[in-house]
Amino acid sequence: MSLKQRADRQGMPCQDPQVRRHNFQEVALGYTKEQAMEEAGRCLQCKKPKCREGCPVEVLIPDFIQAVADGDFAQAAVLLKEKNALPAICGRVCPQESQCEAKCIVGIKSEPVAIGRLERFVADWEMRQGATLPEQAPRKGKKVAVVGAGPAGLTCAADLAKLGYDVTIFEALHTAGGVLMYGIPEFRLPKDIVEQEIDNLRKLGVEMQFNSVVGKATNVHELLANGYEAVFLGTGAGLPNFMGIPGENLCGVFSANEFLTRTNLMKGYCFPEYQTPVKVGRKVAVLGAGNVAMDAARTALRLGAEEVHIIYRRSEKEMPARAEEIEHAHEEGVQFQLLTSPVEIIGDENGWVKAMKCVRFELGEPDASGRRSPVAIPGSEYIMDIDTVIVSIGTGPNPLATKSVPDLELNRKGNIVADEDGRTSIPGVFAGGDIVTGAATVILAMGAGKKSARAIDEYVMAKTAEKAI
Amino acid sequence: MYPIVRKEIFSPTVKLFDIKAPLVAAKAQAGQFFILRADEKGERIPLTIADFDREEGTITAIFQEMGAGTKRLGQLEVGDNILDVVGPLGVPSEIERFDGPVAIVGGGVGIAPIYPIAKALKAAGNEVFAIIGARNKELLFWEEKMASVSSKLIVCTDDGSYGRKGFVTDALKDVYEANSNLNHVWAIGPMPMMRAITNVTRPWGVKTIVSMNPLMMDGTGMCGACRVQVGNETKFACVDGPEFDGHMVDFDLAMKRLSIYKDEEKRALAALEHQHQGGGCGCH
Ligand SMILES: Cc1cc2nc3c(=O)[nH]c(=O)nc-3n(C[C@H](O)[C@H](O)[C@H](O)COP(=O)(O)OP(=O)(O)OC[C@H]3O[C@@H](n4cnc5c(N)ncnc54)[C@H](O)[C@@H]3O)c2cc1C
Ligand SMILES: Cc1cc2nc3c(=O)[nH]c(=O)nc-3n(C[C@H](O)[C@H](O)[C@H](O)COP(=O)(O)OP(=O)(O)OC[C@H]3O[C@@H](n4cnc5c(N)ncnc54)[C@H](O)[C@@H]3O)c2cc1C
Ligand code: SF4
Ligand code: SF4
Ligand code: FES
Ligand SMILES: [Mg+2]
Repeated sequence: MSLKQRADRQGMPCQDPQVRRHNFQEVALGYTKEQAMEEAGRCLQCKKPKCREGCPVEVLIPDFIQAVADGDFAQAAVLLKEKNALPAICGRVCPQESQCEAKCIVGIKSEPVAIGRLERFVADWEMRQGATLPEQAPRKGKKVAVVGAGPAGLTCAADLAKLGYDVTIFEALHTAGGVLMYGIPEFRLPKDIVEQEIDNLRKLGVEMQFNSVVGKATNVHELLANGYEAVFLGTGAGLPNFMGIPGENLCGVFSANEFLTRTNLMKGYCFPEYQTPVKVGRKVAVLGAGNVAMDAARTALRLGAEEVHIIYRRSEKEMPARAEEIEHAHEEGVQFQLLTSPVEIIGDENGWVKAMKCVRFELGEPDASGRRSPVAIPGSEYIMDIDTVIVSIGTGPNPLATKSVPDLELNRKGNIVADEDGRTSIPGVFAGGDIVTGAATVILAMGAGKKSARAIDEYVMAKTAEKAI
Repeated sequence: MYPIVRKEIFSPTVKLFDIKAPLVAAKAQAGQFFILRADEKGERIPLTIADFDREEGTITAIFQEMGAGTKRLGQLEVGDNILDVVGPLGVPSEIERFDGPVAIVGGGVGIAPIYPIAKALKAAGNEVFAIIGARNKELLFWEEKMASVSSKLIVCTDDGSYGRKGFVTDALKDVYEANSNLNHVWAIGPMPMMRAITNVTRPWGVKTIVSMNPLMMDGTGMCGACRVQVGNETKFACVDGPEFDGHMVDFDLAMKRLSIYKDEEKRALAALEHQHQGGGCGCH
């Protein structure tokens, strides 16, 4: 078949934008069986599948897609899970357009195969059947501690449990999932999906100690001294950055983390039945244009804001959010003020935000890297009437855990220095995910957890062999 | 699950719990706090660790019923479980043997957090002048416990219903007049009281530590709800504090920030009072 004859990519059924901007139910509804098989038929089954090169965990893409095309969804699930422990999540949140799908051959002449949507379809299908547990090696009688229950920690724990280790996860919050639970909203990643994955982990025998802040209630050296053979640190990038402009501590200025955590983790959208309040004014400015900013903007709409503006210094092209989120935000009525940056937040006599002073930018000459960086236009300052500001300009590493391990090597920004397989400067201490790379993606964090699990196994086995001699 | 093993009722709105939380008790130090979530639907409520017993594995909290969260908490009894307890959080007080006496001032429920600090200061060999105060006699507690950890204790009430009549600031001035070598002051209580104390001590040049109680949620530095302006810097009270140099704190801003959710808090309280009308929130 020639590339030209490829059928169109199957669209994703979605809730109507005018309806969904008022509810927290999932936006994308998922393919039907027929759609999935039709879409799977678009894959060329490349001998050297480029798509796999684009996937950080090298999912067996053509293989699982073939199984979907054959209608053998159970087999598809087995193939998918060989490389990806959390497909229902990745199928929903991976930036496919810059990963697997970016490399898909079909994408040259037409739209790429919808790998992410197929992944989601298979995972959802399997969940409805009641997922089967993977095989587990015999118990080794050896303990490993995992710090942080985000995607990095959860993946590392699952793989170690499968290898026969007794794994305990120490998590600071009252529930597992990390950003999957407190950051990414229900309408994009339903929490019961995350909970099912966590349940599977429990079935593998992984223990979870919530409300345990490593660096406070316990610390890494204490864990090593208390019989844990190794410690994996997957504590994420959870420290919100602020802009450092005047007025940033006024009432009505929130970090995206606060706004989203109140809404998602604490279920603020069910206030007052759930007691944690969340506040959104009438006119909201969200600073930044990544996934976090889109999530905050769309959440603000759903909580009843009349106007929501994304304020971003660069142009549309550079927005770091997933293409789908930007599109959904547009459809729902989020307004984009591009090439614009705030310089001051202005308060009223009671200390509440009432306006924001912004300056406009234009794209300058291309720099050495060929990128045209934005330059402020002199005299372009203007005032926007605004009553809520949500700051979403990135996060840094949370230092609570690392501060308690002064001998652990960190980089200038405070991220843990670790090699490809998560080995840090301290033998027996491994790290991966956002705490090593800085804020990145779910799939990269999972990949890091996976590699560390392998390296931890090697390390513990070598140590045991040494002792035996 | 964290069971309540003892409950004491100091007044209709001020209550004490001893909570079994061995891992928190094992590490707790003066100046630290914990966060609890009473049940699935509850808020995360920060409270000071007013005392701890490492052997029993318990921590003590004294709380004033303010709104929906603490009112529901107050309804719990011995044997009931608290769903989540996380701690110890925050930086412990810097305790050392100071050159000269120290004064410790606690106002209202602020008496609870100053007790462990006074105890630690005394144990470190300091001469500790303690001042505790409340609006009236009913709101006072732990007088004997405070007496046991201080060299001298002054008790005041605003209305004169017990102890000396007047504010803790006046008592502190008297202490300073008699002891001009006063080295350090700790003041914990409502923000207006802490601000008043810092205004009194500023001209003396006596280092004054206050414990900030801004809005908090996670308590681990993740949300930034707890930001306070200290000098030119923004600090996160849950991880950088809660204790700060009181002469540097922008109290005006801090007090305004405490009122961010005022409207919602009223609604939550109203909802609690009308709990039995109608079902859930209908949003899921
Ligand atoms: C709002 C939002 C939307 C996003 N959207 C996407 C998306 O669409 N696609 C995508 O790929 N990525 C997205 N990301 C990024 C992605 O979620 C992260 O890259 C990923 O979660 C990192 O995983 P992690 O396991 O390293 O850390 P985290 O998910 O941050 O988990 C770290 C965990 O460690 C715990 N912890 C921290 N310190 C301690 C301690 N001292 N002791 C014990 N526990 C501790 C934390 O409570 C947390 O549970 C988004 C991020 C956010 C915030
Ligand atoms: C580090 C720290 C230690 C504290 N120690 C004690 C203590 O030992 N005893 C005590 O009685 N109180 C203490 N507090 C204050 C206590 O947390 C609040 O009174 C309580 O959260 C109010 O909750 P509510 O739902 O009952 O009242 P609401 O009606 O919700 O609020 C009443 C007022 O309490 C404050 N408040 C509300 N929510 C929070 C929150 N999440 N965090 C902080 N303040 C809030 C606000 O000023 C609000 O206007 C402490 C606070 C902090 C930050
Ligand atoms: S895990 Fe992510 S990048 Fe890999 S195939 Fe699935 S959707 Fe694509
Ligand atoms: S590159 Fe595209 S067409 Fe080729 S195997 Fe991968 S998904 Fe199929
Ligand atoms: S309470 Fe969230 S950062 Fe301090
Ligand atoms: Mg409350």
